[in-house]
Amino acid sequence: MQYLVSVIDDKSGSATDDEMTAIDAFNDKVQAAGHWVFAGGLNAPSTATVIDNRGEETLFTDGPFLESKEFIAGFWIFEAPDLDVALKLAADGSKACNRRVEVRPFFGE
Amino acid sequence: MSVTDVHEAAVRAHHEEWARVVAALCRRFGDLDIAEEAAAEAFAVAVEKWPADGVPPNPGAWLTTTANRKAIDRIRRESKRDDKQREAQMMRDDSPPEPSGAIDDDRLRLIFTCCHPALALETRVALTLRMVGGLTVAEIARAFLVRETAMEQRITRAKAKIKAARIPYRVPAAEDLPIRVSGVLAALFLIFNEGYLATGAGTDPIRHDLTAEAIRLTRLIRALLPANGEVTGLLALMLLTEARRTARISAGGELVALGEQNRGAWDRSLIAEGHQLVRERLATGEAPGRYQILAAINAVHTDARDVRDTDWSQVVALYDQLVRIDPSPIVALNRAIAVAEVDGPDVALAAVDRLDGKLAGYHAYHATRADLLRRLGRGEPARSAYDKAIDLAGNTAEVAYLTRRRDQLG
Repeated sequence: MQYLVSVIDDKSGSATDDEMTAIDAFNDKVQAAGHWVFAGGLNAPSTATVIDNRGEETLFTDGPFLESKEFIAGFWIFEAPDLDVALKLAADGSKACNRRVEVRPFFGE
Repeated sequence: MSVTDVHEAAVRAHHEEWARVVAALCRRFGDLDIAEEAAAEAFAVAVEKWPADGVPPNPGAWLTTTANRKAIDRIRRESKRDDKQREAQMMRDDSPPEPSGAIDDDRLRLIFTCCHPALALETRVALTLRMVGGLTVAEIARAFLVRETAMEQRITRAKAKIKAARIPYRVPAAEDLPIRVSGVLAALFLIFNEGYLATGAGTDPIRHDLTAEAIRLTRLIRALLPANGEVTGLLALMLLTEARRTARISAGGELVALGEQNRGAWDRSLIAEGHQLVRERLATGEAPGRYQILAAINAVHTDARDVRDTDWSQVVALYDQLVRIDPSPIVALNRAIAVAEVDGPDVALAAVDRLDGKLAGYHAYHATRADLLRRLGRGEPARSAYDKAIDLAGNTAEVAYLTRRRDQLG
């Protein structure tokens, strides 16, 4: 079962050196424990483009689909047997990156 | 067996067996929704068949077997579409019911699943009352003054989240147990308190169905986790509070303050049981948690045959202990009420006034201030404090009591 752990922030790429060190150490631990699937930091929402190709013409819109003060600044995808394990990983991740995070399950296999 | 006897047997079986049946189905089928529906159907079949066929010798086993069949029927219907895994589970059709030890474990799993910290407290309360307590959605909706469709939605959404996010059907590991138990106890205490000081103009001031259900569920948890001090503490607290229930509302429907209650009307057997539990915890010598301290405070109150015999300095000492582990303004407010009896209402009022910023929206803050001001002979500020308390109070009996007190001011 996979879980998306989104990092909630009002700035992007704002992690301090100490936070980056803690995140690297956390990532190593997650990989060693076999929970790692993928992770990444995201550029600012202002760099996003929304595409709508449902009609005859492809429409491009500058900016994110949803304007909000807080947004997803980065994410992890973990492999975990159940929500309790995912919540523990997310709690450690929140501590490491020093941000709030949101856990959301993928559709189960 | 008469019709009444059969009806009573069905009601008793519902009380005693509901959680067991649901829990066993949850483990077997891994799906709360299937478990709940199949259990409800099995009990409906019992009500229909028992009057004609007689009550089976082992109602629990009968209900479990019937519910299993109902669950398999549903899975069979659904698996016509796609689900291979359910098809496989269906093959285990007529397995005998689990031995009772394992089923007790299942009930504990069920409680921890319903009270998972990833669910909102109000959702935990609703889900626990439905899945463990066996109340109908309509009953739960009525208890919490929401529309039945809204309550149905809340419970459905919770079951869907448990399934989609894979909230495990498991008793937490030892290191997580204290915090997880406290989440369960918070839900049970909320159920009890809603029963003991019911909100809403249209409801009875005391909802005995809710207090009784909370006590029943807490007894169940204590039977499953007998060494947990806070579980025992909460049960003792509920029993010592429930013991005063009939003395707490006057014939005219008014709340009766602790000091004015007819102590002869208190339930001595509940008090004896509560005191026994408090002594049991004291004997362990372990540091008490919040529910154990609250139970000890209630033990002091119920120990006094007359309010004048109350050992108030003991009550204050226990509140001091409570403040150290829970420095919330509500605890400070309750401590001040005891301080008034030891050091006088003026000292208490000074302590209460310091809480103004934090509790201005809480009816008990204004009710406490009103009472202290009244005792100090300060009629005008007392009146305006009563006004605020009446405005904020949601319990009909409490409003009646506060109104009379205000109108009696000189």
